[in-house]
Amino acid sequence: MTQFDFIEMKIPAKPAYVGVVRLTISGIASRMGFSYEAIEDLKIALSEAVTNVVTHAYEKEDRGEVRIGFGVYEDKIEMMVADQGESFNFEDVKNRIGPMNQINEMKPVTQMREGGFGLYLINALMDKVEINNEYGVVVLMTKFLDETGVEIDDKVQTTK
Amino acid sequence: MNLNIEIKDEGKKTIVQLSGEIDVYTAPSLRDKLIPLTEEAGHTIKIDLENISYLDSTGLGVFINAYKSSKQHNSIIEIIHVKDRVLRLFQVTGLHEIMNVVPK
Repeated sequence: MTQFDFIEMKIPAKPAYVGVVRLTISGIASRMGFSYEAIEDLKIALSEAVTNVVTHAYEKEDRGEVRIGFGVYEDKIEMMVADQGESFNFEDVKNRIGPMNQINEMKPVTQMREGGFGLYLINALMDKVEINNEYGVVVLMTKFLDETGVEIDDKVQTTK
Repeated sequence: MNLNIEIKDEGKKTIVQLSGEIDVYTAPSLRDKLIPLTEEAGHTIKIDLENISYLDSTGLGVFINAYKSSKQHNSIIEIIHVKDRVLRLFQVTGLHEIMNVVPK
């Protein structure tokens, strides 16, 4: 089994805490040596996944919590977002997760729902996205440190 | 992790200067201020994103709503001073082809 460090956090499923999660991934990814551009991608993808949970939690009486896990490897980061409060068995969840096939198709703007872009952006910004629906919804997103060929455009380091 | 919204009214033109982060937490306040501005026919609303440090799909959603409202009420929306990072999100989602997005 590949060696990795695991970091886990749990936040109330409230909009106010999504920014805290962004600060966390920013710190971890920066520590791992991700580029500025890649860190921005990670922040957006993770925010989108957490926002999905927070938005859906809004419809329930007991808002509950969002659990976020970070698998820190030599060459990649794995981010896991779950809408259940219970702790992950990281390896266990990973073994039962499948590739994400049904990404929202782009629709004409008149038919577009607000918020319909979230999954689309996650898929565009990450190298691998997987979803498991067995116990609540778990999204697993992977981004590799070596960026060759995975950036949508190559405007690396044009933004300071 | 907040959003500051400054609205400058210049007759037929309104400049909405945004600074900070647009996410699920701050988007509702932006929507509440932006939509009423689009409901006046002939009005031009320039949304200045120069000082936006973070934007995601919730922000894009607000802009789509504002765009739809502007079409409905015959007003015009322009999104100006869009930095590379933010522009990329408009491009990835194809929104730059529909909305008036002016790069910095």
